[in-house]
Amino acid sequence: MSDGLRTAGGGNDAILLDVLARRSPGGLVRWLDLIGPGLGAILLCIGIPALFATGHLDQSQLSQLGRYCCLAMVAIGLDLVWGYCGVLSLCQAMFFTLGGYACGMYLAMHGPLDGGGIPRALFVVSSDPAGMSLPWFWKPFDSAAFALSMVILVPGTAAAIFGFFAFRSRIRGVYFSIISQAATVALWLLFCRNDLQLCGTNGLTNFTHILGFDLRETSTKLGLYILSAVALCASTAAALWLTRTRFGRLLVAIRDNESRLRFAGYDPVWFKTAIFAFGAVLAGIGGALYTPQTGIVTPANMMAIESILAVVWVAVGGRGTVVGAVVGALVINLLYAWLTTLMPKAWPFIIGAIFVSVVLFMPTGLAGGWRAIVARARSWR
Amino acid sequence: MSAKQDFLQVTDLVVEFDGFRALDVKYFAVDRGELRVVVGPNGAGKTTLCDVISGKTRATTGSVVIDDHEVTRWRDSQIAALGVGRKFQTPSVFDGLSVYENMELALPGRRTWWRTLTGRPTWAQQRQILQLLDRVHLRKLARAPARDLSHGQRQWLEIAMLMVSGSRLLLVDEPAAGLTDDETMLTADLLNELKGHHTIIVIEHDMEFVRRLASRVTVLCEGRVLADGPLDMVQADPKVREAYLGRGKERKP
Repeated sequence: MSDGLRTAGGGNDAILLDVLARRSPGGLVRWLDLIGPGLGAILLCIGIPALFATGHLDQSQLSQLGRYCCLAMVAIGLDLVWGYCGVLSLCQAMFFTLGGYACGMYLAMHGPLDGGGIPRALFVVSSDPAGMSLPWFWKPFDSAAFALSMVILVPGTAAAIFGFFAFRSRIRGVYFSIISQAATVALWLLFCRNDLQLCGTNGLTNFTHILGFDLRETSTKLGLYILSAVALCASTAAALWLTRTRFGRLLVAIRDNESRLRFAGYDPVWFKTAIFAFGAVLAGIGGALYTPQTGIVTPANMMAIESILAVVWVAVGGRGTVVGAVVGALVINLLYAWLTTLMPKAWPFIIGAIFVSVVLFMPTGLAGGWRAIVARARSWR
Repeated sequence: MSAKQDFLQVTDLVVEFDGFRALDVKYFAVDRGELRVVVGPNGAGKTTLCDVISGKTRATTGSVVIDDHEVTRWRDSQIAALGVGRKFQTPSVFDGLSVYENMELALPGRRTWWRTLTGRPTWAQQRQILQLLDRVHLRKLARAPARDLSHGQRQWLEIAMLMVSGSRLLLVDEPAAGLTDDETMLTADLLNELKGHHTIIVIEHDMEFVRRLASRVTVLCEGRVLADGPLDMVQADPKVREAYLGRGKERKP
């Protein structure tokens, strides 16, 4: 420590003011940081619909983009849980599918009904169609408000309970990953059973109307796209806000040194449970918006591979950067859409190569690479 | 000896790991506002004592009373919330956060998750953080990520975090480890400054450092309290000399 630093304290009010105003170096940088996401939001919510209206995009491309927005919401949730809090969860697809089923049950109740008010998807897998009546837990899904609350409550509560017990038992690292994956596989097996009366491996399908709108109509498809894009932007904004609060900094502290944090008087169990539940709710909402845009939701949506794909999106985009997770999810899925039409068989090798090269050469992902480029550009100036 | 006066009171404390008796302390008490130094050869149980007081390790039998609260069975975060702060042997700060954010986490206050969503430190708290950072020569680095700090700077950041936390009992494990002589002296001065405002237990090997603290010393050896008193008296104690010299490898007190 030099004497220069020793004397600096009294009068160095530039630093004082900067710290107090929470500005990063250069003052305006934090606002500049928001220009990228802002432009992205304008492109998604206004630009894409405009391109569609002027005929530059067709219906299937539009609803493909809508679905990718839903998947990007899963990535945001995983990024908060894994990138910020350091909990590698391999069950985000489970929460996605739970949200999807809650929405799918509403849609099935408003599709064609057979045998006296039983959704067709359920009726066709029944072992005893003649004597069948609508199961009790299907009935309230007739109401859109109930279905919407289940979209949020089922994944959120499941995650809160699962997370609380796992985190309280101090299950960490790879052990948590394995247990979360095991839970997903268990639920997948359960959902595949016909006697659960959730339509078994066939899943929920035969959707025709949502809130009275015909799902085949172009305007409904556009509406669902805009809803997905707005939901993605809102999730991004919420996550960005969350990471800038003291709560967000505690998540990073948990990732860095969880046991040390306990001796600072914080109980990490509650913080981890809260962010895990929040991530699950984001995935659930994503699943609920995804379902009407694909027209089907099946147990295959929660297969182990689906959760691992979400990990790839976040790793490629950049862990611990909300925008990176969104970019990763969109880029990988667009690549998938483009390359599977060009050379379908090569895709698994391509995504494998992308993942390995990101881990090896760009451990901070696309977002980290972008930051390095910006930093270098600044230093040249 | 009234129980009211002792801030920390440890009685008949036994800690066993798989049958190995790591700690066997009949009585150990620290007054309110006192600075106590605990010395002893490696494996004497110094860090284990801190672990038990802070709730990291459970006592096998015996009791720990802090400020009239029987905390023997409390969880670590509950004990921390009672006002027990700790500096670990290897400096542990949060690498992904800036120096200033590390300090902010240590501020006193309710630590439930929903309260951390809102609210900011008051102006006075922010000033206090900057003054403390100034004191440990880290003010210019307030915005730097903690991972960029040197070993000594991490030690100081952790001490500054203890100072801002408003903890009433500070457990300071080897604050001078790996510091240069100048840094060691500043650390000793910081601790002396805290004396009176906080109750402090310092674990240290460096005898120059202990001398500078000029406080009562407790010698632990093989889990037991061997001697207790001013440094000169303890150093003259034949039992202590034997404990250190007899093992051959330890530095002479």
